[in-house]
Amino acid sequence: MKVEFQKKTSALIVRIQGEIDHHTAKELKEKIEREFQKSGSKNLIFDFEGVTFMDSSGIGMLIGRYKWVLAYGGKTAVANAEQRAAKIFQMAGMNKIIAQYPSVSEALKAFGEV
Amino acid sequence: MAYENEMTVQFLAKSENEAFARVAAATFVSQLNPTVSDITDIKTAVSEAVTNAIIHGYEKKEGMVTLFCGYIGDKVTIIVSDKGKGIANIEQAKQPLFTSKPELERSGMGFTVMETFMDSMTVESVEGIGTKVTMTKVINKGTFL
Repeated sequence: MKVEFQKKTSALIVRIQGEIDHHTAKELKEKIEREFQKSGSKNLIFDFEGVTFMDSSGIGMLIGRYKWVLAYGGKTAVANAEQRAAKIFQMAGMNKIIAQYPSVSEALKAFGEV
Repeated sequence: MAYENEMTVQFLAKSENEAFARVAAATFVSQLNPTVSDITDIKTAVSEAVTNAIIHGYEKKEGMVTLFCGYIGDKVTIIVSDKGKGIANIEQAKQPLFTSKPELERSGMGFTVMETFMDSMTVESVEGIGTKVTMTKVINKGTFL
């Protein structure tokens, strides 16, 4: 699993490449929180285009970051999840918790970041 | 039960082996020409069962996890077992969103994922002895191109 960050105005875009499971979720959590604070971001956007696998550990990681960002007054969104992890997202009812968009640019637009 | 083909692998209860286990199961099942959706379902269910064994069965202590895969016709049986602490209340553990370890950011969806992604799932567990999760799925044959 690889993760890359890009700051766009006040949003931190998290591009994940590879698999999200219990083993990689912990590393993701630590990297995201470190980068989020270092970059002084407000909102968080996950780009799932490069995600090849995700189990329920990924759901736990996403909800954990959603709550964490919310505590700082920010918002969280997931882009490109429909193609990559549709079934587990639907099963967990993620669309009721975290906003999902077909692309990062749509998420940025919804957050008023462009 | 006599399977047409079967395999068993054992590995240490380390989180690094979660990926190994799901790839091993997926590779074995690929003999049946499954669809991409079947493979994703099986990989996800195996990942959940193995993660449970590592986190809850052994709780970071050393131990072995056993993964069995077998098939008869197009029906696959997968068994993930450990010799860990066992589950005190199986019905409670199977409830969606229930987790005994909220501090670890567990979603509490593991058994729900297994039940949803596979055709059947049963849990047998004895405290202090271990846990055995048995799952089955009929493979919908993929189309040769």
